[in-house]
Amino acid sequence: MFEFIDVAVKKEGRVLLSDINITLSEQRIGIIGLNGSGKSTFAKLLNGLDIPSSGIIRYQGSPDVKARRREVGFVFQNPDNQIVYPIVGEDLQFGLKNLRLPAAEITRRIEEIAQRFQITHLLDRFAHQLSGGERQMVALAGVLVMEPKVIVFDEPTTLLDLKNKRQLLKAIDSLSQQVIMISHDLDILRPFARVLQIENGAIKRDGAAAEVIESYRGEYA
Amino acid sequence: MISEGYVKRDSVIHSAAPSLKIISLAVFCTAVFLLTSWQWVALAGGMTLVAYKVARLNLSHAYQGLKPTLAILAAIFIFQTIFVGLPLAAFILLRFSCLILAAHLVTITTRSSEFVEGILSLLRYAPGWVPAGKIALAISLSLRFIPMVRSVFAEVRMAQRARGLDKNLLALLNPLIVRTLKSGDQISDAVRARSPDL
Repeated sequence: MFEFIDVAVKKEGRVLLSDINITLSEQRIGIIGLNGSGKSTFAKLLNGLDIPSSGIIRYQGSPDVKARRREVGFVFQNPDNQIVYPIVGEDLQFGLKNLRLPAAEITRRIEEIAQRFQITHLLDRFAHQLSGGERQMVALAGVLVMEPKVIVFDEPTTLLDLKNKRQLLKAIDSLSQQVIMISHDLDILRPFARVLQIENGAIKRDGAAAEVIESYRGEYA
Repeated sequence: MISEGYVKRDSVIHSAAPSLKIISLAVFCTAVFLLTSWQWVALAGGMTLVAYKVARLNLSHAYQGLKPTLAILAAIFIFQTIFVGLPLAAFILLRFSCLILAAHLVTITTRSSEFVEGILSLLRYAPGWVPAGKIALAISLSLRFIPMVRSVFAEVRMAQRARGLDKNLLALLNPLIVRTLKSGDQISDAVRARSPDL
């Protein structure tokens, strides 16, 4: 569970987020809003990639950023910027080696995730030779091998075609972790327990998915 | 010289320790630079091609290593021919080709993670202030992002061609640099997201 207390983010004299007081405990939470509204900054705070200029963020009661980063995975919009090593298998090892896990444990986790998401045949392939959908699955696998308790998705389906989008959403749907997802594709967020609308760096709406999405559509569609 | 393509084979060169390959390459390149006679450099070139054979690779693999550098080699050859004459220009061309082929052999017979581990194991002997982990990560990122920058360049070139600007260097470089820098920020976030202790 995340707790934001009076959180604000300012950069280069600009206020990106202000007065964020919120608790996030639901298993599926969506985030919507216009471009430049502060959604990505908010998402990065969850993982500790950004730190607030003022206020406190607690995860499971603790404000420790390093502990939070171990528990919170992050899947970016563009998998090209997320896959660090040229070969898929090596990339999956990257985060695990950073955790200094023993070789046997690294192998076990990679095999398990590769089988679960049917990417075993991709392990020896070059990342740049994969399709967009395969790359996004590899990016997700790279996060899942770290066994996070929460996964933040920043517009994960934007670059995908319909088939790959469906496949990725099926994979996300099967996750037992808490999922917090930014998306402009409002239909994806409809089954979520809660949706936040961020506007001008503040939370404008917060509530049941159908209610928030309809109000947002009514306002801008 | 960094090439991105590991070629999987079951050979003694593939299975050799990465640190040994890196040291051998450094020694070989130094020796080739010190050699001043045609015969010795030709012998070094011959040995490099034999090494390709030992690695169960063929001449087309060797050519793939030279191909991206052909324009630069041609420019060097032309300038050297003008300024120092044909025999020395040909000698310099042979020497550079030999170095490129040897470096290419090391990179296509070594997985990037092994390459990084090889460098890390060599950096063990470096003074404490040398950021070994960061150097290794920088090398792996370079290997990963060569094809990415290439594909961004292809996209930019196509977009500028549509506007009739594909011959305008500024129109090609500006978006390429902006996109690469933007990707750099995102990559930095992605690395941090998967490196909790950084």
